[in-house]
Amino acid sequence: MGRTLAEKVWDDHVVRRVEGEPDLLFIDLHLLHEVTSPQAFDGLRKAGRGVRRTDLTLATEDHNTPTLDIDKPIADPVSRTQLETLRKNCADFGVRLHPLGDVEQGVVHVVGPQLGLTQPGTTVVCGDSHTSTHGAFGALAFGIGTSQVEHVLATQTLPMAPFKTMAVTVNGELPEDVTAKDLILAIIARIGTGGGQGYVIEYRGEAIEKLSMEARMTICNMSIEAGARAGMIAPDETTFAYVEGREHAPQGEEWEAAVAYWKTLRTDEDAVFDHEVVIEASELAPFVTWGTNPGQGAPLSQAVPDPATFQDVSAKLAAEKALEYMGLSAGQPLREVTVDTVFVGSCTNGRIEDLRSAATVLEGRSVADGVRMLVVPGSVRVALQAVEEGLDKVFTAAGAEWRHAGCSMCLGMNPDQLQPGERAASTSNRNFEGRQGKGGRTHLVSPQVAAATAVLGHLASPADLADVREPATV
Amino acid sequence: MEAFTTHTGRAVPLRRSNVDTDQIIPAHWLKKVTRDGFEDGLFEAWRKDPDFVLNQPAHQGATVLVAGSDFGTGSSREHAVWALQNYGFKAVISSRFADIFRGNSLKNGLLTVVLPQETVDALWELTEAEPTAEVTVDLVNRKVVAPGVEADFELDENARWRLLEGLDDISLTLKNEEAIAEFEASRAAFKPRTLAA
Ligand code: SF4
Repeated sequence: MGRTLAEKVWDDHVVRRVEGEPDLLFIDLHLLHEVTSPQAFDGLRKAGRGVRRTDLTLATEDHNTPTLDIDKPIADPVSRTQLETLRKNCADFGVRLHPLGDVEQGVVHVVGPQLGLTQPGTTVVCGDSHTSTHGAFGALAFGIGTSQVEHVLATQTLPMAPFKTMAVTVNGELPEDVTAKDLILAIIARIGTGGGQGYVIEYRGEAIEKLSMEARMTICNMSIEAGARAGMIAPDETTFAYVEGREHAPQGEEWEAAVAYWKTLRTDEDAVFDHEVVIEASELAPFVTWGTNPGQGAPLSQAVPDPATFQDVSAKLAAEKALEYMGLSAGQPLREVTVDTVFVGSCTNGRIEDLRSAATVLEGRSVADGVRMLVVPGSVRVALQAVEEGLDKVFTAAGAEWRHAGCSMCLGMNPDQLQPGERAASTSNRNFEGRQGKGGRTHLVSPQVAAATAVLGHLASPADLADVREPATV
Repeated sequence: MEAFTTHTGRAVPLRRSNVDTDQIIPAHWLKKVTRDGFEDGLFEAWRKDPDFVLNQPAHQGATVLVAGSDFGTGSSREHAVWALQNYGFKAVISSRFADIFRGNSLKNGLLTVVLPQETVDALWELTEAEPTAEVTVDLVNRKVVAPGVEADFELDENARWRLLEGLDDISLTLKNEEAIAEFEASRAAFKPRTLAA
């Protein structure tokens, strides 16, 4: 019987297979950041172990880093300790680190692909659930806990029980105003936050094949929000073109050998998935969340749903709690929900294409009075590219704040947080209670919707803006 | 890791589904660089409410958490497991756990037990009516027993054995040194490296 893409990559990394035990998998790339690694390094020290493959390991600072005054010492002593701990650990164990201020610094899932380290057919792990992002390249990439981080540091392998496989096929073409973010939010609303549990999802079909690498990363990034361990997309010419020429991409004969191998990484015709979901792209529209988990979303054109209409008792209870927390009432049109803050950034939507599309909407327009808009590039490289294209000027001219790279308000471990009761439209990936600051209320949106929302002060898509562009000033 | 064989203690009913790791331990707690001291951060936002179940005097000292479905969704933070353990929990029962959370819990000796929702409902009713009722989570016989409730649970044999013996995964893996070295020697030259050769 044929094999799926996920099964092929898995099989190619089995170091040891014994009946009744998990497979021992080899890990090609191990990414580290400051939050989930200190206890792992500590464990190595206590056991007198080293890092087995420093040449397959890379660390960046992202979760705690400030996005203002980065040349000054970090004000929060606890954040500072955590970054200093990572620096010491990397120095002691010989791990390459891109610290705050370095040109390669940024959110770990933006940095890996950008350096060309994320490649088709590799296994990628990181102590971070959004490691699923790297699956956009046809890599098997998944988040792990700190004990597993220690395990990979010590052995470059992980004992893993096989995943189940799910195909999400998106037929047809996405309508013009529908982005990858709308698509993945719609997929999660459809299968639920637990629907992907135990699965690796392979996204396929015409609409997926047409997506750019950055859009594919947005999709795979949020696989974890459907409960899936990983998301994958088969590598194709779009993938090869993205990887080619990057700092760590193979070169010359090695490039040829790599591409030849990568081309074999497609799900066989006769392979069988454990579960299949089919979505018609043409039926999709800009999508936003109204609740406190990423599955609680609806098309922007609709109203906040009435929990009383939910069939499932626990979904109904969850919706009631969510509306109470979010300060929304059933039947309220989503377009009428006003926001205080707009956040553009994160490993979901903090890449150059995301900034470009937000800037296109903002150009010649201004952020509504009383709304604060933060634009946080996913990495220093993204920031430099944006500056080269003049996007930073578009943002600041519109009244948005242009910040330094990092995770920032995606999870509010640095000073960029929502205040209690404050409402945000955010291009990040989690609308959990308090995720972006205690008591903060988050609506997940695409960069386009974020920008249009900033201009109008309420949830909106670019189509709602037709008449509010100011005449171009010379 | 501490071995887990069988545990008997009082249980707390947590009637919520989709309890994500941001609720179990909020991000600002993740700045600590040790594995202990997370108990005060456990369910921090909810614990501000005096009516929250963990705050009720009747449930003090409980060691088994009985939660709604999809417990532990969201981030990969192992801190969620440490926080539950630091607080004193030895086992969590739910009809469904998020994968990464489950993996993390079993690696730390926090037993996560999957039982059908009807059994979870029965345990909720029991512990609400009788907070001092004792619940036994028996890994040797893969059984949960409480007054009026008896249910078998599944756990794959390998994970069970590691828990029963309290085995350290890394030492087990390092017994395969030869197989790892052999695999490394045969890896394709085009595979990426983070350091210059
Ligand atoms: S940007 Fe957000 S989701 Fe991504 S790694 Fe940072 S905190 Fe996690």
